[in-house]
Amino acid sequence: MSLAEPATLPVAASAAPRLHVVRRFSDRFKASLPAYLLLLPSLVFLALFTYGAMGRVFVDALYQRATPKAPVRFVGLDNISAVLADPYFTGAVVNNLVYAVGTAIPSIGLALLFALALARTSAVNSALRAALFLPVLIPMVAASALFLFIFLPNVGLLDYYIGRLLPVLPNWLGDSDIALYAIMVITIWKNAGYYMLFFLAGLQAVPEDVMEAAHLDGAGPFMRFRHIILPELKPTFLFVIVIATLNAVTQVDHVFVMTKGGPSNATNLVLFYIYQQAVEHYDIGKASAATLLTLAVLMGLTALSFRTMANREGGP
Amino acid sequence: MKLIDALWKDAPLATRNEITPKLGFLLTVLLAIVWLIPFLWMGVATLRPASDGINLMAELMPSLKPTLDNVRDAWEIGDFPRYTLNTTIICTGILLVQFVTITLAGFAFARLDFAGKSLIFYLFLMQLMLVPVLLIVPNLKLVAQLGLYDTLTGVMMPFFASAFGTFLMRQAFEAIPTELEDAALIDGASLFQRIRHIYIPLSMPSFSAFAIISVTSHWNDFLWPLMVINSPDKRPLTVGLSVFTATAEGTQAWGTIAAGTLMVIAPLLVTFLIFQKRFISSFVTSGIK
Repeated sequence: MSLAEPATLPVAASAAPRLHVVRRFSDRFKASLPAYLLLLPSLVFLALFTYGAMGRVFVDALYQRATPKAPVRFVGLDNISAVLADPYFTGAVVNNLVYAVGTAIPSIGLALLFALALARTSAVNSALRAALFLPVLIPMVAASALFLFIFLPNVGLLDYYIGRLLPVLPNWLGDSDIALYAIMVITIWKNAGYYMLFFLAGLQAVPEDVMEAAHLDGAGPFMRFRHIILPELKPTFLFVIVIATLNAVTQVDHVFVMTKGGPSNATNLVLFYIYQQAVEHYDIGKASAATLLTLAVLMGLTALSFRTMANREGGP
Repeated sequence: MKLIDALWKDAPLATRNEITPKLGFLLTVLLAIVWLIPFLWMGVATLRPASDGINLMAELMPSLKPTLDNVRDAWEIGDFPRYTLNTTIICTGILLVQFVTITLAGFAFARLDFAGKSLIFYLFLMQLMLVPVLLIVPNLKLVAQLGLYDTLTGVMMPFFASAFGTFLMRQAFEAIPTELEDAALIDGASLFQRIRHIYIPLSMPSFSAFAIISVTSHWNDFLWPLMVINSPDKRPLTVGLSVFTATAEGTQAWGTIAAGTLMVIAPLLVTFLIFQKRFISSFVTSGIK
């Protein structure tokens, strides 16, 4: 049953008296009451922490304090323009765009490679899948603790083993030209195994007989990949791209642990900027304005993929 | 080469001699080894005695004189037992409340007919799109207004309702034949009795899938508890580990950091290795948490 179908709406006769409509409405409400009671606990928490939070972001973005102790006053769109004029914010947006593209493409590419290589079930393959999946399970903070040492200048894992091959040892996290890319490595390491799962699931949908027919016609691995597998994986790609983009905006724990946005804001990302405004500068107005802008962009993006997601959930 | 041929023995005959898939496989094996190196280093560094000095810290060959000193240091300095307890309380608390909310809501969507059903469905769907992490600022304010700042309840509360869980339970409940419920109806079972004795026992796989996703994601939460919790004795593992790392980094105590990290991730890793299949299939259904 599709939930989108309006559940047998009462067909109101065109000339029905007003009272009649009201009564029908109240009958309908009474019949729905048990369902509302069952939904109530969920709706209360959703109202407080999702819809209510949205509303509060809107309101908070319109107010500002002159000094930290002063009462809030209405400033209209001043917070929004202050955020847009803040070089730290625009810098964070640019960083975040680079970070999103630079993490999504490699991790999705690797995920596809892993899935294609490990699609068939065997003991070896499932051990390899488990190895690639391990980073997904661990907290970003734990991954950051490990990579702090990996990137440590001179004595760290990277410099100890491959640094010898380079003429000059780079300071991976300390150089503002490199730090963002170092941060991206962690994200790719952590997420590729997750996306691999979706491609593995997607590959199961590739029809066996079409593949066999392609073999018989002498199609090589590239031809099969290009003309059979890729078209079949299109919905998976869409879905994984959405998740990868959401992750690029919401995963900032490693920035906090490893660089705190530095050096010279080279690794500052939008959510970390929001955190700094709220917690370090106590500037709720600016933090809310930045949240609002981010939400608007994300909502626009997810609205595009809304249909894909609704389909996935078995909804309309 | 023989080994690879053995792996390809069930592939279709026509493709068995193709070279590209095998190269892809070799590359994947190589990368899987690279993927494991951070874990390998963590294990080796945990057991390395401090006497080996900083210059040998990166060596992946295990020390010949392994020691548990690092584990002991991390355990004593980091207050990890307390952090583990806090994280366990948070994960269990969230999961228990979620079980109630998602069962009730999932049942309403799966089996009941009510006015505004599609509207409410979309309201739930919205939570999947509005990533909760982004709403930390307004939610922190609300938690403070409710008097829950610096409490574990405050950390848990935003996650009590779960759209993902609701949809998962709706799917599970819809798959249960209505005949079973009809029989119970004739016997005079109430709504809650039917949910309790028919729907819940038959949906255990979905509950366990949801539990895996919920616990792993909240075990790993960092930014939100960091903002809500102020007292050191209420820190969850992730926040505790970040403070611990910041302190130990100053003294270059990398062996202790490795031991602390190991302690934080060990419970998840062990559970994963035992229930590997179940974890993987749950994560596939998760998509969006």
